[in-house]
Amino acid sequence: MGAAELSILAKQKQTEQPLLAVRGLTKRYGRRIGCAEVSFDLFAGEVLGIVGESGSGKSTLLSCLAGHLAPDAGTVVFDTADGPRDTVRMAEAERRRLARTDWAFVHQNPRDGLRMGVSAGGNVGERLMAVGARHYGQIRAQAVDWLGRVEIAADRMDDRPSAFSGGMQQRLQIARNLVTGPRLVFMDEPTGGLDVSVQARLLDLMRGLVREMGLSAIIVTHDLAVVRLLADRLMVMQGGQVVEQGLTDQVLDDPQHAYTQLLVSSVLQV
Amino acid sequence: MIRISNLAKSFTLHNQGGAVIPVMAAASLRVAPGECVGLTGASGAGKSTLMRLIWGNYLAAGGSILVGDLDVAQAAPRDIIGLRRTTLGYVSQFLRVVPRVPTIEVVAEPLLTLGLPADQARARAASLLARLNIPERLWALSPTTFSGGEQQRVNIARGFAHAYPALLLDEPTASLDVVNREVVLNLIGEAKARGAAILGIFHDEAARARVCDRLVDVGTFTPKADA
Amino acid sequence: MTDQAYNFAYLDEQTKRMIRRAILKGVAVPGYQVPFASREMPMPYGWGTGGVQVTAACLVPEDRLKVIDQGADDTTNAVSIRKFFQRTAGVAVTEATTAASIIQTRHRIPETPLHEGQILVYQVPIPEPLRFLEPRETETRKMHELEEYGLMHVKLYEDIARHGTIATSYAYPVKVEGRYVMDPSPIPKFDNPKLSDSPALQLFGAGREQRIYALPPYTQVVSLDFDDHPFDPSKAAHDCDLCGAAASYLDEVIIDDQGGRMFVCSDTDFCRGRREAGHVGALGVPLAEGGM
Repeated sequence: MGAAELSILAKQKQTEQPLLAVRGLTKRYGRRIGCAEVSFDLFAGEVLGIVGESGSGKSTLLSCLAGHLAPDAGTVVFDTADGPRDTVRMAEAERRRLARTDWAFVHQNPRDGLRMGVSAGGNVGERLMAVGARHYGQIRAQAVDWLGRVEIAADRMDDRPSAFSGGMQQRLQIARNLVTGPRLVFMDEPTGGLDVSVQARLLDLMRGLVREMGLSAIIVTHDLAVVRLLADRLMVMQGGQVVEQGLTDQVLDDPQHAYTQLLVSSVLQV
Repeated sequence: MIRISNLAKSFTLHNQGGAVIPVMAAASLRVAPGECVGLTGASGAGKSTLMRLIWGNYLAAGGSILVGDLDVAQAAPRDIIGLRRTTLGYVSQFLRVVPRVPTIEVVAEPLLTLGLPADQARARAASLLARLNIPERLWALSPTTFSGGEQQRVNIARGFAHAYPALLLDEPTASLDVVNREVVLNLIGEAKARGAAILGIFHDEAARARVCDRLVDVGTFTPKADA
Repeated sequence: MTDQAYNFAYLDEQTKRMIRRAILKGVAVPGYQVPFASREMPMPYGWGTGGVQVTAACLVPEDRLKVIDQGADDTTNAVSIRKFFQRTAGVAVTEATTAASIIQTRHRIPETPLHEGQILVYQVPIPEPLRFLEPRETETRKMHELEEYGLMHVKLYEDIARHGTIATSYAYPVKVEGRYVMDPSPIPKFDNPKLSDSPALQLFGAGREQRIYALPPYTQVVSLDFDDHPFDPSKAAHDCDLCGAAASYLDEVIIDDQGGRMFVCSDTDFCRGRREAGHVGALGVPLAEGGM
């Protein structure tokens, strides 16, 4: 095992350029603060969890990062194929192109992220067609492959998502997002609204995909168990501010900030 | 391999009037490659706290914790993640896994994370599970349904899957029968032989005597009551 | 005979100028949907109010107007619009495709090739080809702006997944000059090839949706498809039972209660022309003998 493993270790001394570098990101709603002065780096292959209760600004932050909302100040520099670019200031056409190629967004409610009137195969194929795929057979083959990877049987590919269970819809949404091989996935409460056993399956699936595809992910959730299992690093938000960030198990096992201590102690065992 | 100097730890309980509880002061310790050091001390003396400080899920209040050439007390999360992936292994007392994931995958995961091909990773996981006498019919099941002893052996298999240069072992032989205890002690011996630096907590005195080269009493790191 | 109570072609001159400006913009940007202030017309929406306004804005007294509905000059919709312009503009009318200077149409392109100088005005119910998958107008406009047309192929993909072939048989989406995706109005896909490289000016008016778009003469128009499912402008595997035409678009007509039926050209002017020239179909009789 030695030699093969050593060469792999050597490869992991990777580039030091962060995939996403966020500085001073601020969004206000009139006088109210959405999120204030948020800064962090995310490197390739890392999973960052953002936790906080409703109204803490975590969803606002995610929207600003993903380009769904224009921040009032700050920069979000993404390491594009042409080098680092501030996505806040790039032209909308370019940002939308990123959104269908290098980025993906998994919504809490699959209905927001799927086309409910289009078959499962069509949902997965859309991103391929959006980037120029024009061979029906190949699109279909890739859709079958991806449905398989998220454990949806090939014979369901022509069914509409409305005929699927909540967990299947969520897995379909993930397949639809990952089919074009993005490098960064934004997830908004991806396991919210699912049964615990279905959540487990989804978590395992996401872990495997993150590992196999070398994905980076930013996951917003209020579920500390989810971040414990998925996230390498954790950011805790309260009132629009990041009150604590660090290694996930460090933040959960040895929280430093009063709010984090309260958050952790309020949860049954995580 | 592991060098701890002047390490301090305290907890600040913000929700209990901001009480500051110092739990460790001036802790110093070294573990050389190929050496196994056992931590001793009364229950609550801080053995597990020290392990967690080294693992990085407890934040040090002062001092340094060098594992290889990384100071865990100062390192960025990203570097600690890298350290855990390649250099530092940890067998805790409890198995914490995603429910419904097959045992063989749980054990193979550290190797898959290192980028090892899936078949090689599974082969290594299978040989460890076999050695630790986990029946093959259980490999495809999630360990969350297993007995305490079985879970502990899965945990050990996972911790020994990759040949980490440094290992933290928290009660690795607790709740094991004689046969499996022997297997684990042999695994530890082999790890020492290949040069791993091991820091462990062993309540089992016979086991401690057999694998540990030195003992360190963490009671000496407890802060003075009036400090 | 013009009814003097109306301005020429019903609309006031300011309105016609407004519409002409929209048309000119449409001609300048082929396939782009130009918003315009659609007026109330003395006919219900869905009866060609968009096409009528475009025709009114284009008409001059010297024009000769032809109006067809599903290829026929003598259906209610065609007759009422023709009468409307006879009364409000006093222009000459014709049923002959070659003799007309302006042709307003619903759901067909004439079989007889058009020539330079002619204007073909389409009545359009829903101008937005992306509408059925994306209900938000703000979003579809953005998609046109940024040429994000993947969704159009999703529609075709769904067709093949469900029916084995692209089952869309009318309002089949096209791409204009490699830029805008356009709904050609509910013409049969059989007519799609005639959209491209036509010597005539083609104008599209949607009254309720307040949109005008255009294809200037000799514009390249390509029907969307997949590499392995190419566009196929199919028609019924039949000849016209009246005139024997093999390559014209056919209507199926039930002729008795026993399930008897015949296929006839949907383009009545084209069919009559062929029969006058002596062509006879399987169920037809020579025109000179006073048959159908």
